[in-house]
Amino acid sequence: MVNEVCFKNIDKDKAWKLDVYQSTGGYNVLKKILQEKTDPATIIDELKTSVLRGRGGAGFPTGLKWSFMRRDDPGQKYIVCNSDEGEPGTCKDRDILRYNPHALIEGMIIAGYTIGASVGYNYIRGEFWQPYERCEEAIEEARAAGLLGKNIFGSGFDFELHSHLGAGAYICGEETALLESIEGKKGQPRFKPPFPASYGLYGKPTTINNTESLASVPEILSRGGQWFLDIGKPNNGGSKLFSVSGHVNKPGNFEVPMGMPFSELLEMAGGVRHGRRLKAVIPGGSSVPILPGEIMMDTNMDYDSITEAGSLLGSGAVIIMDDLTCMVSVLANLSHFYMSESCGQCTPCREGTGWLSRVVHRIEHGEGRMEDLDMLFDVAVKMGGNYYEREGGRTICALGDAASMPVLSFLKHFRKEFEYHIEHKKCMVARY
Amino acid sequence: MSKSLSQLVSSKAVAEVELWISKYPAEQKQSAVMAALRIVQDENGGYLNRELMDGVAGFLDMPFIAVYEVASFYSMYEHNPVGKYKICVCNSISCMINGSEKIIDYLEKKFGIGVGEVTKDGRFSIKEVECLGACVGAPMMMIGKEYYEDLTPEKIDIIIDGLK
Ligand SMILES: Cc1cc2nc3c(=O)[nH]c(=O)nc-3n(C[C@H](O)[C@H](O)[C@H](O)COP(=O)(O)O)c2cc1C
Ligand code: FES
Repeated sequence: MVNEVCFKNIDKDKAWKLDVYQSTGGYNVLKKILQEKTDPATIIDELKTSVLRGRGGAGFPTGLKWSFMRRDDPGQKYIVCNSDEGEPGTCKDRDILRYNPHALIEGMIIAGYTIGASVGYNYIRGEFWQPYERCEEAIEEARAAGLLGKNIFGSGFDFELHSHLGAGAYICGEETALLESIEGKKGQPRFKPPFPASYGLYGKPTTINNTESLASVPEILSRGGQWFLDIGKPNNGGSKLFSVSGHVNKPGNFEVPMGMPFSELLEMAGGVRHGRRLKAVIPGGSSVPILPGEIMMDTNMDYDSITEAGSLLGSGAVIIMDDLTCMVSVLANLSHFYMSESCGQCTPCREGTGWLSRVVHRIEHGEGRMEDLDMLFDVAVKMGGNYYEREGGRTICALGDAASMPVLSFLKHFRKEFEYHIEHKKCMVARY
Repeated sequence: MSKSLSQLVSSKAVAEVELWISKYPAEQKQSAVMAALRIVQDENGGYLNRELMDGVAGFLDMPFIAVYEVASFYSMYEHNPVGKYKICVCNSISCMINGSEKIIDYLEKKFGIGVGEVTKDGRFSIKEVECLGACVGAPMMMIGKEYYEDLTPEKIDIIIDGLK
């Protein structure tokens, strides 16, 4: 059961073209919904049945999110797609944009119909120029075919879709920073509440979903929520795109059933490179806790299993590290990332990410002290909460938590390597 | 009095900005600021200056400071000259564990410049950037608007030779 949903046409020639998409039933379910004027509540129920959980990282059920919109209230509403894809390790949305833009467009039109929005924006990170051009072509095709614009399929429903290009800022992947960015401002997250469903883009009710979430909707509705759920397992519906990167023979994006054993996914990616031993895995993008290889080899790839194993499924970016990887240098890299990308608005995050980065850097460069390890723990907890105590962060958005979880987990699982670095002023392992 | 945008950039660029403005509600012109900055930056050889930012502000009815904020917040805007070919090398986790440091070293030696510098002939500059969302093709870089993945020194030579 691979490539059933977003990657359905991935092996076809010019998979991104409208005729290819339509040759496998594309836009049929939209037509059916609009012509039969399907009750939006039915669509939401179907999505709830499917247990599609948000693919942007937080795993919030999409059907439930859509139900928060008060469809019949007067005034403009918006559907916004999050194609900012910036979490290190993650590169699946790029492939949806490049190879299946029409699934996203159809998903956004259906979302618009369901929540009562006549306008949608797709926020594409600025570096994704080629994917952006693909999407623009697809939007043009759809417009020319009467799938976008006024009175779609003679139903009286109007929908317009635009791309918005970012300009380099990881934080704009956070949904309210993304809205600020579309409004032409710095990408600084907003306080919640109010939530976007009541106060979103330009102050209007707005739903924000990840690219993969929205692109999954047409296939779910045409084949049924139960079909999608059954691909995966209870509470973890469907298939999911995993970006497998790092020390593997065949890195790539794989669309596989939720709940697949990690060991099988690793095999699909060709196994650990040069036949080396698997040391560690970051199973859901750079923000989630790292896990030792042995734990991962006994874990399945779904939200609940990975949570139980002590990490998070996040964005589905699986970063594989072999036994020659120095954990101190990896954490130094991650901490540097969060320091660079903190928007600077909340003091704990602005200052905390800098402290974490500088202290890990000094340990890496042989200038660390044993007390540094307790200090790292302390700063990480004060900024982002203690993941292991199920304690949330102390900042407006989750970037603080995202910077804190790697630190806590590296100290938990690989503390020895940090101690060795401090004591011997060099690596325990050959480093990259 | 600062110059208006149409005095500073081509009519083609102005038309492009207009097109972006039309995507947003009439009273939300400011939404086009990111596109406008990119368009004028491209036309100015890859970097912004005060005059251009002020021109954008005037065109979109924005306070100057609001434009400067945007122009300094997002990493793709440049405020100093860059090479005709701006080489952005990803140094985030998947690229790093696949040898991005060696890629940067190789480029530095090849061009005789460091990160953040421009070659004397103005053709190349090197920048380290965070994850570009192509991690399964690590190590990777972006030159201009193009991605290049699965890099090796040999591959880099071919790519650079292929640039006009
Ligand atoms: C710092 C930060 C960065 C994020 N980056 C992304 C991103 O690149 N893409 C994405 O879809 N969601 C990202 N998110 C999650 C979004 O805030 C939001 O939960 C998501 O887009 C909702 O869509 P979904 O419910 O379909 O997953 C990020 C969150 C945070 C806190
Ligand atoms: S880590 Fe280099 S592209 Fe993602």
